[in-house]
Order: sequence, then C-alpha cells, then structure tokens
Amino acid sequence: MNDAVFVLTLAAAVGAAVPIALAALGELLAETSGVLNLGVEGMMLIGAVMAFQVGDATGSLWLALLVGSLAGALFSSIHAFLCVTLRANQIVSGLALVIFGTGLSTFIGKSIEGKPLDTDFTPIRWGFLADIPVLGPLLFDQDPMVYATIAIAIAITLYLNRTKAGLAVRAVGESPGTADTMGVAVAATRYVHVMLGGLLAGMAGAYLVLGQVPSWSQDGTTAGIGWIALALVVFASWRPLRVLLGAFLFGFARRANFWLQGEDWAPDIPAEFLSMLPYLLTIAVLVVWGSRDLRRRVGSPSALGVPYDRAER
Amino acid sequence: MSSAVEAGPGASPDQPAAIAAINVTKRFPGVLANDAVDFCVWPGEVHTILGENGAGKSTLAAMLCGLYRPDEGHIERNGLPVRLRSPRDGLAHGIGMVHQHFRLVDRFTVAENVVLGDPDQTRILDYREIEKRVAEIGDQFGLPIDPRALISNLTVGQRQRVEIVKMLYRGADVLLLDEPTAVLTPPEVEALFTTVRSMTSEGKALVFISHKLGEVMEISDRVTVMRAGAVTGEVATSETNQRHLAELMVGRPVEVDTRRGSATTTDVAFTATGLTVLDAGQTVVDNVDITVHRGEIVGIAGVAGNGQRPLARALAGVIKPNKGRVTIGDNDVTGKGPKAARRAGLSFVPEDRLGTGLVPGLSLTDNMLLTRKRGFFVDRKSARAEIAASIDAYEIKTPGTEAEARNLSGGNSQKVLLARELAGLGESGGPQAIIVSSPTRGLDIGAAEFVRGLLHEARQRGAAVLIISEDLEEVRSLSDRMAVLYRGRIALEGRTDELPFESIGLAMAGVAEEETA
Repeated sequence: MNDAVFVLTLAAAVGAAVPIALAALGELLAETSGVLNLGVEGMMLIGAVMAFQVGDATGSLWLALLVGSLAGALFSSIHAFLCVTLRANQIVSGLALVIFGTGLSTFIGKSIEGKPLDTDFTPIRWGFLADIPVLGPLLFDQDPMVYATIAIAIAITLYLNRTKAGLAVRAVGESPGTADTMGVAVAATRYVHVMLGGLLAGMAGAYLVLGQVPSWSQDGTTAGIGWIALALVVFASWRPLRVLLGAFLFGFARRANFWLQGEDWAPDIPAEFLSMLPYLLTIAVLVVWGSRDLRRRVGSPSALGVPYDRAER
Repeated sequence: MSSAVEAGPGASPDQPAAIAAINVTKRFPGVLANDAVDFCVWPGEVHTILGENGAGKSTLAAMLCGLYRPDEGHIERNGLPVRLRSPRDGLAHGIGMVHQHFRLVDRFTVAENVVLGDPDQTRILDYREIEKRVAEIGDQFGLPIDPRALISNLTVGQRQRVEIVKMLYRGADVLLLDEPTAVLTPPEVEALFTTVRSMTSEGKALVFISHKLGEVMEISDRVTVMRAGAVTGEVATSETNQRHLAELMVGRPVEVDTRRGSATTTDVAFTATGLTVLDAGQTVVDNVDITVHRGEIVGIAGVAGNGQRPLARALAGVIKPNKGRVTIGDNDVTGKGPKAARRAGLSFVPEDRLGTGLVPGLSLTDNMLLTRKRGFFVDRKSARAEIAASIDAYEIKTPGTEAEARNLSGGNSQKVLLARELAGLGESGGPQAIIVSSPTRGLDIGAAEFVRGLLHEARQRGAAVLIISEDLEEVRSLSDRMAVLYRGRIALEGRTDELPFESIGLAMAGVAEEETA
C-alpha cells in the first residue's frame, strides 16, 4: 500500500473540505433561523468571481477574500428580501439565486476567463508538530483558512447554544410565532442569518479561486460544491462540528481519486467515475433524508422553509 | 378612581388597583368588542372575567396585557396611567398573560423557554443560574418542574406550569390566565388552584378568564360578567351563586341543572370490540370495547391527545382499525369506509369542523347536500329548504343559505354541521346512531342548551348517541353511561351517576403513571 500517497490525499482532503465546510456552515445559520437557501452555488460563484477580480487588480489575497465574502452577503440579501419581506417560496427563490448567480458571475468574469491568478495561501507550519507522522501534515501544516474554518465552526456552536442571541435564532427557526410573542424580532433575525450565510458562501467561493483552482471559469470553479454543502447540512443534522467532520468526508471523496488511481488493489475504475464520488454521496444523503421520520429525528428546524406572517398565527 | 370601585375581599382598600381598565372601548370592523368597560384587580385577589364566547372577555384581557390598544379609555397600573404597545411592554410593567394556546418552543428545554426574549439576561446565558431560579420559583408557588426537561416531553398541565413560571421569572405580578382549566384534568385543576392561592397570598393580582361557573365560584374573589362587549355586572363571589351568574351571562334565566336517565331500551345499536389503532408504530387506541344501546347517550371523557381522534375516526370508518370490529345494528362495517358506516345508519360530527366536517369553499346548501341521498342530479331545492329551516331553528348567523361555510364563525359552522348530522336522527328511515366530538364546544350557553335538547330528543326517539369530549362537565351532564380514555385505553367506565368525581379525575390523570406531585 502506498502510504505516502494516502497521507497526502488525507492532507489534501482537509484543504478540499474548507469551501464545503464554510458554505455549509453559512447555510446552517440561515436554516437555523428557518430560511432554506438553495442558492449556495450562486452565492459562491459571485464570491469567487469578485475575489478573483479584486485579487487580479490588487494582488492582495486578504482584500480579495474580504470583497468576495461581502459580495456573497450582498447577493444573499436578495433571497432575504424575497423570502422574509415578500414571503416568497424559498425553494423557487433559492433556485433563482443559482441561475442569477451563474449568469451574473459569467458576465463579471468575462475579462478574466482562463487568466491565471498568482495568489496562494501559505501553509502555517506548527514547528515540530508538523513533523509528526500522518497527524503533522493533516493538522499542523495547513493554510490559515483551515484554522479559520475550524474556529468559525466552534464559534457558531457556542453562539447557538450558549448566547441569548443564539437562543433567539433557534426559536425563530423552531417557532417564529412564539419568538415574536416573546419579543424577538423575527424578520431582522432571519435577514441577518441569511446574509451571514451569504457571507460564508462568498468566502467559500473566494477561497476556491484564491487557494485551490488556478483560474476562474464559471463551471469549473465551484463544480457543484454549493449543492454538496446543502446536503452536508442535513447530513450533519444542523450541528456545526459535525459539518466539519462531514466536510472532511466529502473533501476526501473529492480527492480520493488521486489515491485510488495509484493503488494496485483498487479496481481499474475510470477517473470520471471516481470524480463522481462526492456527488453520489450527496444523492445518497438526500435519498436517506427523504423519510419524514428521519427528518424529525435528526432535528431539522421545525419552521424551516415556512414564511412567517404575524397575522396568520 | 379607587373610590369609584369597591374593594374586594382579600384586598386592601388604601392601595391602588394593581391593574385597571378605565372606560375602555375597542372596535373591530363591524363589531363593538368592548363598550366602555371598567375593570380593576387589587393586589392579592382573583378577579374573574366571565362571559360567553364573543362576549369580549378576551379583548379586554388583550388590552390589559398590551396585545391590543384601547380605542378609547386607558389602562392604569398601580393607579398610574400606562400605555402598553406590545405584550413585551406589558411584561416590562409586570403584566403577564398565559394564553390558552401556549407560546412555547417544543424543542427547547424549560429553562430555554423561560429566558427566550428576556432583555434582562446577560449576553452569554448562565444556564446554571437560570435553572436554579426556575426551580426556586417552582418550589415557591407549588409549580414543580424540571428546568432541563424538553417541552415536547411534558404533559399539557406541565406546559401550563412552564408558562406561569415564565411570567413569574420575568417578574410579573399581574397574571392573566385565559381559560386555564380547559386543557387540565381535575387533579391538575386542583394543583393550579393551589398555585393561584399561593400567588395571591404573595400579593400578586390574578385575572382569570372563564366561562365555567363552578370553577369561577371556587377560585375567584370577585367576578365581572360580560355580555356582547359590555359589563353586565360586577359581584363578589360570596354574594352570588351559579344561577345568578348564568343569568347575568346570558341575559335571561337558564336551566343549569341537567336531565339524565337510564337507557330507554336494551337493544344494542352500535358496538366496537377490541378496537386497536396504530399510528406510526404507536398504539393510539388500545383494545377498546364500546357498546351503545338504542335510546342511550354514552360519553367518552379524557384529556386531549389520549386517542379521542383516532377512536372517533375508526368508529366512523374514516380510518381502518388495525384490530377489532365495529358493528352498527346488524352490519359489520369494520374497515369498510365512511360510506358503509353512513349507509348502516351512523352520523358523524368530527372534531375538525371546517375541513373534515364541512367543505369551507362550498355554500351551506351544498354542504348540506354532501350527506343527503342523491340520484344522478342533486336535489338542491330540498337541501336549501332544509338549511333555511335550520338557520331559523339553530339561530345560525349567516348572510344566507348560499354563503360559503368558511365565512361562518366557529360556533355557527358548528351549528350547520350539527344541523346536518342531527337531522332525522332516531326517526324511522333516518340514521339511528351518531358519534359527536365535543358537541357544545364553541357554542354559547343558549345554543349549547339547544343542542343538548336535540341530543336528548334523539335519545328519547331511540337513537344511540356517542359523545367524545375533552370537557368533562359536558360528558357528565349529557351521558347516561361514560368511560374515561387514557393513553388509548378505557381506564374507567360505568353509569355516570354512580361514578365518583374523584375516580374520574384520577382515571383521566392515569393515576398509576403520574408522578406524585
């Protein structure tokens, strides 16, 4: 068995997990407040193309990341307006966001199509820790965004479970009528969390063009990661730390072909099939989730996808 | 203003009223909901607002707690005028309302629900401190509750305790309880009353909203009676009785006593044997045997959610039981569907009036037609005549026979449904048996009296009547024999006049399984 390749694959899976985890954590925030946003893919594309443009123009990695994230947040406010203020169907609005995001990002990205971007996140080496076999390359020799993502997941866990504001968010997603009676501003809460979701999705897209793919292309940059993120939220039963774990699994599925192709024992599967792995995993998750019973058990927010109208309570 | 209103028992007259409505008027489109109402509660007393549905008692309570703002007049708190813009405002002034439909998040713990939206909490919640305080309040007022329990695992009675604890935690010393006993078993009602007394002894002011005369007499110091938006009387309970209160409420003398007898025949009209229904793997109706004779009213009592709905639906043929048999007369109709049950002579009034009882988008005439025999063409003319007669007889408030069912108020749509299902009951050629869920729920005293009369007449004619209701008083006053449903099983049964009230209460609470409170 080719151990070195396997360890390299695991280390690469950590990086590949970052955009999936960020997008899924954002979606988790929106869904916890009761708003389903299927437009993750669209928000990621907007974040990616804006980050690329800024990175290309200024050469500043962090400025590019910031602008990409903010663009995602701004873009998601369309969904918040449609679903919270106008109480539109969240599925339709989310799909519209994907289509709009695809078109708009192609338009914005016209001038940079195929152009390489010379930026990269430099890995942080944790001294001798990085030399520990397996764990070293896996945990102590990664780029800063890996650590940022872990920190964000922990922060979200504490926010939702320990703080007054977090309690209000969960109440809005569970029972907006109750939250409203108890003096929580339902619409504002939903706006904020949909846009935080957009911010993280935009950041995920930005990370992709800045750190993982060499150039911008509309269909190659995100490659369906937004959809994987949606499935991951379900897979993780709306728990931020499980999102991290799940993202690593999906990340591994995305990188597994490098490893499997080099193994003697692995059957001779065409590379195209191996690239399908993460998507097959996504479908499997969603099919299993289809059962109502299971959905109740894993703790989907009770008011997810339901617009709140005070007059109808 | 305090000189204008007499002090009640248990109140100290030198203090200003804890809360008072001064000459308040509230209008809704087409309705004068409150007409120049005066109302006040002293610290340490229980003051009941008594009235029928639509009398305006909920509107008054809503203005007292900040949900509505009065069009005219104002609210005073401790003698000072206050302007309450929202329930949150009310709570900030120490006024808390416990709604009939609880405002709790099912998947939260008790403690989480208590602090939700509380502006006084620290940014990072200190659950240890919160849980301690919740338990303390529980101990102080006889409201035992585990702060860490999930709401979804609590009984209705326990949820109500959480609502009260929530208000006390936020520092409310005026509490409004909207029909608090409607969902409780008799032992739970006793426990609630103990809590109410311990709250008043601490100087809290309680507003109790109810239409149940017995309870009102037991718990309150004073009673304000409302009818059609206006106050018809304010009396101290020590100086009144049920009959007098009922008169103030209805505006004319009413018969509070009820008629009851034994079955007029011993012919079996309707039986269920070993009836068992599973829902999502759970046994919701468990081996139930019921026999109803011709000329007899049998009542099924029990707290909501103990299998009433699936039982009624299985009996009426709407759902197929997993085990057991249902026979009507000589016909075995088990699992043959509602049409077979109707053909065998069974009428059915489901608890869900608009939806499974009536079609909201159809006219009253067409709703009447639904269960009438029809040939190829419907006979609208006779149905129209029938509903027109019922509108008169039942005093149904509607623009006419062609109005859509959805536009009727709850009580009125209830009457339409009863008119359809009760027609010809017990007469030759008509249905011989009926299942009625909560026959008088949502009706005012007059209409309830009328419906009871109809059920009794049908019984005299030899019809078999099965009543399924969460209102114990209703079951007790109507039925010859009764049974108590607990977790899908018959926990107790017998002749209504022979069953002691305590045993019924304990059976409803499932004695053996209830923790000692």
